[in-house]
Amino acid sequence: MQINVNGENKECSTETSVSKLLESLDIDNRYIAVELNHKIVPRTQFNEMILRENDSLEIVTFVGGG
Amino acid sequence: MEDTVLKLGKYEFNSRLFVGTGKYQTFDIMKEALEASGSEVITVAVRRANIGGKPGESLLDHIDKDKYTILPNTAGCYSADEAVRTALLAREMGISDLIKLEVLGDENTLLPDPVDTLKATETLVKEGFTVLVYTSDDPIAAKRLQDAGATSVMPAGAPIGSGQGILNPNNIRIILETLSVPIIVDAGVGTASDVTVAMELGCEGVLLNTGIALAKDPVKMARAMKLACESGRLAHLSGRIPKKLYANASSPLKDF
Repeated sequence: MQINVNGENKECSTETSVSKLLESLDIDNRYIAVELNHKIVPRTQFNEMILRENDSLEIVTFVGGG
Repeated sequence: MEDTVLKLGKYEFNSRLFVGTGKYQTFDIMKEALEASGSEVITVAVRRANIGGKPGESLLDHIDKDKYTILPNTAGCYSADEAVRTALLAREMGISDLIKLEVLGDENTLLPDPVDTLKATETLVKEGFTVLVYTSDDPIAAKRLQDAGATSVMPAGAPIGSGQGILNPNNIRIILETLSVPIIVDAGVGTASDVTVAMELGCEGVLLNTGIALAKDPVKMARAMKLACESGRLAHLSGRIPKKLYANASSPLKDF
């Protein structure tokens, strides 16, 4: 199925959790926050939150700034 | 001379210099500069994660989180809604409930949007954040942000990254006289004397990034900024002499 991650279309299998997705995208999950369809997904729900067709995710982290 | 600690909500700091982590050529130079600055609070920005980023590339891998308090910012936000969303995402990372709130008006001036800055302050205070808010040097706007519950109000000395110093010390003085929350000058600082001027005026701290990061030798400049901050603070606490029009000899004027 198709989902959108940080503005890019991605393919993933059904029953993919947020944790699985992060793993498959090689995203270092220590310092990130995730929004699913504009709602924050608490870190404690990464394992159980299952993605659906056309879901839109924003995955953010800290970068250098002033 | 003994100084008191700087209290920002539940946080206490000995250093009054806050520094950013942007624009450094390498993480190593950044680390050295942070160390030389003596800062205890460092700012970071929130951006989309790099898909496929390798472990070890994260900014936070290069920062000792036991040593520094992380102050996430909402840089690059142009509305209250965007800034609130960014702050919530920053807090979700589980490192800090501090937020350096900035809501900008446009890309050329990077001046704050006063209306949306106030709205976002109100919302984030309700959400339980410790809000340090970037504003212009307008004393009325500053007062409104204090009234909205900001923990610290942070007037710009000059536009962000401009290095022009404290353009209107009179406004900063009025803000210092009118408000009771800690005032931290944020933005516009170009060199050491700019930091000293802010501290001599009685500001509780200075926040800067570009002045160090883009100096030819960022590590040396970081040390200069540290000393300048301490000097300015000491001078403020010492009570300077009044300015006079005529001379006042330092040596006795009498004959032998």
